[in-house]
Amino acid sequence: MKVLYFAWVRERVGKAEEALDPPEAVATVADLIAWLSQRGDEYAHAFEKPKVIRAAIDRIHVKQDTAIAGAREIAFFPPMTGG
Amino acid sequence: MTIPVTIRLQEEDFDVAREIAALSRGRTDIGAVVSFSGICRSDKVDGEGGDAIAALVLEHYPGMAEEEIARHAEEAVSRWPLTGLTVIHRFGRIVPGDNIVLVVTASSHREAAFHAAEFLMDYLKTRAPFWKREEGSAGSSWVDAHDRDDTAAARWAKS
Repeated sequence: MKVLYFAWVRERVGKAEEALDPPEAVATVADLIAWLSQRGDEYAHAFEKPKVIRAAIDRIHVKQDTAIAGAREIAFFPPMTGG
Repeated sequence: MTIPVTIRLQEEDFDVAREIAALSRGRTDIGAVVSFSGICRSDKVDGEGGDAIAALVLEHYPGMAEEEIARHAEEAVSRWPLTGLTVIHRFGRIVPGDNIVLVVTASSHREAAFHAAEFLMDYLKTRAPFWKREEGSAGSSWVDAHDRDDTAAARWAKS
């Protein structure tokens, strides 16, 4: 799956997107955040307050208990500040 | 009935008067047009004083931003008897005094146009994937989201 990062999540991770293939035990968005946090200091920093992080699967807002099976594109970002 | 809905994301500025005119020109069924323009201010969002901002830099999620705005536009059209709707949101670097966002709603009567415009702005603030970064003389920082914007959006939730 393609994983995208925006705003300060992108800056902390150090990249805008990457292709990842998490193990099957990673079932939900929250699981994916926990799994990503283990990948290195930059990820741990980006996801240090997991409750703050918003997520979208295939460009639709989702809650963190949403299953990620079948997702093509998952995005992580801070609360939005447009408008 | 399908009504004219225009949604644009763009880096360049827009002309508010021209966009309003484009929505209502040649129509005889529109009795009310409401427009909201969001403009870049020079004072800090959090009002910490001192340092004025030199610019806002807006990052967005291409693809999702358009789709998310379209979903809210559709909802506005289903909830109020609108006869036209325009939403324009800029991205990139925006200096104080320049436009950031425009919502124009048209209807037969004012109430639907007012409500739909406010609904759309409240949702743009909290649900459209845009992020503002303030540039100042002392560097730049991401703008924090405000609880009051969530509160404003929550009042439109259907019970």
